[in-house]
Amino acid sequence: MKNISINWKDRIIPVIFIIITLLFLTLFLVLPLAAIFVEAFRKGVEGYCASFRDPYAWSSIRLTLVTAAIAVPINVVFGVVAAWCIAKFEFRGKNILITLIDLPFAVSPVIAGLIFVLAFGRQTTFGGWLIDHDIKIIFAVPGIVLATIFVTFPFVARELIPLMQEQGILEEEAAVSLGANGWDVFWKITLPNIKWGLLYGIILCNARAMGEFGAVSVVSGHIRGETNTMPLYIETLHAGYESVAAFSIATLLAALALVTLIAKTIVEWKVKRERMVDNS
Amino acid sequence: MKKHSVLPGFGLTFGITLAYLSLIVLLPLSLIVLNTASMSFADFLKAIGSKQVIASYKLTFGASLLAATINGIFGFIVAWTLIRYKFPGKRIIDAIVDMPFAMPTAVSGIALTAICAKNGWVGSLLVPFGIKIAYTQLGVLVALIFIGLPFVVRTLQPTLEDLDKEVEEAAASLGATKFQTFWYVIVPSVLPALMTGFTLAFARALGEYGSVVFISGNLPMKTEITPLLIVMKLEQYDYAGATAIAMVMLIASFVLMFFINLSQWYARRFSN
Repeated sequence: MKNISINWKDRIIPVIFIIITLLFLTLFLVLPLAAIFVEAFRKGVEGYCASFRDPYAWSSIRLTLVTAAIAVPINVVFGVVAAWCIAKFEFRGKNILITLIDLPFAVSPVIAGLIFVLAFGRQTTFGGWLIDHDIKIIFAVPGIVLATIFVTFPFVARELIPLMQEQGILEEEAAVSLGANGWDVFWKITLPNIKWGLLYGIILCNARAMGEFGAVSVVSGHIRGETNTMPLYIETLHAGYESVAAFSIATLLAALALVTLIAKTIVEWKVKRERMVDNS
Repeated sequence: MKKHSVLPGFGLTFGITLAYLSLIVLLPLSLIVLNTASMSFADFLKAIGSKQVIASYKLTFGASLLAATINGIFGFIVAWTLIRYKFPGKRIIDAIVDMPFAMPTAVSGIALTAICAKNGWVGSLLVPFGIKIAYTQLGVLVALIFIGLPFVVRTLQPTLEDLDKEVEEAAASLGATKFQTFWYVIVPSVLPALMTGFTLAFARALGEYGSVVFISGNLPMKTEITPLLIVMKLEQYDYAGATAIAMVMLIASFVLMFFINLSQWYARRFSN
């Protein structure tokens, strides 16, 4: 009799845990995701398509693409350089450097926007000088790009540092002692080893660059057709009770988020498999 | 400064890293400190201590703390379920946990508002009970739970995976009850990770803007979060006021970052 009751207890706890997990995640993650698409198609396919006949929608899409096209490559180069420095060498103050690279994650996006207003806004001497010379940074595209660079700054370095530390420097040292130069070592040995981690870092960096709201909102000035990125235009539409149009544009960003999640799952699977091959 | 290595490129990469870091992150951030230092202390206190600002601290800190606690509990259950149990669809569930990271905050914001509004899927169910989520403090809490969940789950998962099942079996074979095993064996070994996850979720919630401002409705003194006040001050061209509040938030973030590093250091020492 006792045995049976233990079995019953052993089974009931997993079932309760699984049910709580499914309910909680459905409520907080699945429902909002579904709501985006349902709201976007509230007036049917015709209503959805009509949202994209708006020229302001297209200019916001273009600005988002341009911003990401500048911010992401810059941060990819920086991320690889920083990861090489931190993972391949031992030096004093390394932990402080890692913490400083993570800083943009610890800072509110609103503050990320504010600091560029403090640096280039028209209330400062420098900002006044810039405006006198017809260089617009705040309430213009350069400010949006700068704020985006700031918030996406750690992504690539963060993905690469642990990966490169784990791989060590034995292979690179062997190549150097056989006479290879630094570039060859990087392109032929390091890069193939980190390609999946790098790809994932780029995807994350890009997702955040295209989706950033708070930081960009502070520096943009929300000028329709000029400084509205997709997330900002969604806000403009939502505030104007154009719900279908707001959710239609949101579906594009939601699709980007889903692609990011799928890419993450694939990359994790690849890394796991390569590790298993290495170990066997 | 650096130990000898045969690999090339230390000077170059270190120099670029430091220069870029200073230019993009450190220099701009230092402007907040500099601008605050140029204010008189009385002005600073006035800016950070007005009634409206104090109300926003209460809401932001209170809701963030509560959201991180709720995430601590449910995040543990989710992480435990994903590591220990097998069920259909587990892989998809595991992948979707990262959604709040991947989804732009403005999109999450309007989606949460849509389901929590009076005529929304969840909001309409609560109307008979007289509970309102959208445009109340409860809405702020919902958004902060959403945004913080992945931090707790993703910090706990590796620790739970490393947890040796044999230790639990040993405890059970020595006569420990399920509860005793949980309380004396599992909880102490996951506590550092749980604390780290909790603090990360709390820190993120403090600074969160995009997902909150849609669902909160931004009612003066009631549902205004602190980051929103910074934006409002800027819109009124009150740069000093905005900077002073930002300084307070920056200090809060740095204190939390210190705690995160401390708890990770403690976790490493503990596991060794």
